Amino acid sequence: MALLTCEHLSLGYEGHEIVHDLNFKVNAGDYLCIVGENGSGKSTLMRTILGLQPPLGGSVMTGDGLSRNEIGYLPQQTVVQRDFPASVQEIVLSGCQNRMGFRPFYGREEKRIAKENMEKLGLTQLAHRCYRELSGGQQQRVLLARALCATQTLLLLDEPVAGLDPKVTAEMYDIIATLHRHGVTVIMISHDVDAALRYATHILHVGKQLYFGKRDDYLQSEAGKLFLLQQEGGASE
Amino acid sequence: MMEKLVWYLTQPYVQYALIVGVLIALCSSLLGVTLVLKRFSFIGDGLSHVAFGAMAIAAVLNLTNNMLLILPVTMLCAVLLLRTGQNTRIKGDAAVAMISVASLAFGYMLMNVFPSSSNVSRDVCTTLFGSSSILTLSRDKVWLCAALSVIVVILFIFFYNKIFSVTFDEAFARATGTKAGAYNLLLAIIIAVIIVLAMNLVGSLLISALVIFPALSAMRVFRSFKRVTVCAAILSVVCALIGILVSILAGTPVGSTIVAVDIVAFAACWLVGLVRGGQHT
Ligand SMILES: Nc1ncnc2c1ncn2[C@@H]1O[C@H](COP(=O)(O)OP(=O)(O)OP(=O)(O)O)[C@@H](O)[C@H]1O
Ligand SMILES: [Mg+2]
Repeated sequence: MALLTCEHLSLGYEGHEIVHDLNFKVNAGDYLCIVGENGSGKSTLMRTILGLQPPLGGSVMTGDGLSRNEIGYLPQQTVVQRDFPASVQEIVLSGCQNRMGFRPFYGREEKRIAKENMEKLGLTQLAHRCYRELSGGQQQRVLLARALCATQTLLLLDEPVAGLDPKVTAEMYDIIATLHRHGVTVIMISHDVDAALRYATHILHVGKQLYFGKRDDYLQSEAGKLFLLQQEGGASE
Repeated sequence: MMEKLVWYLTQPYVQYALIVGVLIALCSSLLGVTLVLKRFSFIGDGLSHVAFGAMAIAAVLNLTNNMLLILPVTMLCAVLLLRTGQNTRIKGDAAVAMISVASLAFGYMLMNVFPSSSNVSRDVCTTLFGSSSILTLSRDKVWLCAALSVIVVILFIFFYNKIFSVTFDEAFARATGTKAGAYNLLLAIIIAVIIVLAMNLVGSLLISALVIFPALSAMRVFRSFKRVTVCAAILSVVCALIGILVSILAGTPVGSTIVAVDIVAFAACWLVGLVRGGQHT
């Protein structure tokens, strides 16, 4: 059975439908890239998959014994209270929360995982800084590190490289690809079509035309051709 | 003066007051940080009025231990308010305002219609602003307060990390399998307990001050959740101690004296924050 199956899914807010009749499957070991224009409903889809909001119709099914606490998630936007006192370390560690069960305090293992991920994303120097005093890109890296701490089976990323500089972006794609090679299933929303086509095994196009399939077939599909054309012409528009 | 203080400290009722005061101040400040950050502090304010209404009913019914009525009623309202608050923010606000003014009005009316003593306005004042009643606490009540506070502190320490994740980013916590709903419920119940406890110390109108001021003060100075929590706890305990002692010596009302000390501490922290902030950037 697939890790994730969406059947006849329709998405939206309070009865207002944005996406209609979406069907796709994610198997263990896939790297799915979700592409589409602004406002086409990509983030909404991800939030629905995560159970943060109910679907208007259809169903999201998880299989292979996937349980909620094996999922890592990077939201597109995190509304953090303006005054929230939280250090980088505290936030990254909180990603390990899902493996804690009823244990109250983080153990050596969790601290090691957090430290490793902070190193990966170059946050070691910032460990004791206050989150809200960081730059946008630094904050993004903190949340990414937290998502990596939470991941065991499935990683959902909503525009992970938004606001990152080119060097960290490349490193980020590397980290995700490495995780993928080690068996983590990845679902990523991205406006970076080049990267999507380079790393993904499957593409889901959300928009007026829906497309789901293997990466290579996407280039031949109508939705794909049109979208790529738009992306290229986007700069002159 | 020193002698007078030492003499007071040997009196059992003063010792009770100090123990209970410190415990209540401790647990209200621990949760204060979360309440302020989750924008729950307004629920706390509403609940304190509910507690006032419940107290009026208890007085009319002539209950010997009024906490047995106030506690469940306040808990129930806390859960209800949390439920409505989750659907949409604005409706939640309105619900809190509605319940809180309704209980105030209802409570005041009850106290007037069924006066339990000859001086109604003094009774009302006592319930709203606290009184020297903390010095006349019965043994039962001291034990109840102490036990409840210890439970709250233990719960807080046990769930500290989970409370942090749910407070910092509820969506992430829920997406990764933390039962955010259950923790919100737990928080609501704990708030109710704290409010009922704190009512004994400072009276129902001043409860929010006890919850909010230490948290806000600590947030001026520190930048990590753990430090803020610890600092708020220490500040709150120290302020409560000073407040109670001053009120005994100077004969001022306990509740407002403690709050006054809290405000002074806030001003001090604000200054420290300014100086530090200037150094950082
Ligand atoms: N909380 C909300 N309530 C009502 N409508 C919403 C809400 N959030 C988003 N929408 C609407 O749903 C549509 C899809 O939004 P969504 O955030 O899923 O787009 P997206 O594909 O992620 O876009 P982007 O590329 O900009 O991130 C938009 O038209 C938006 O106006
Ligand atoms: Mg989006």
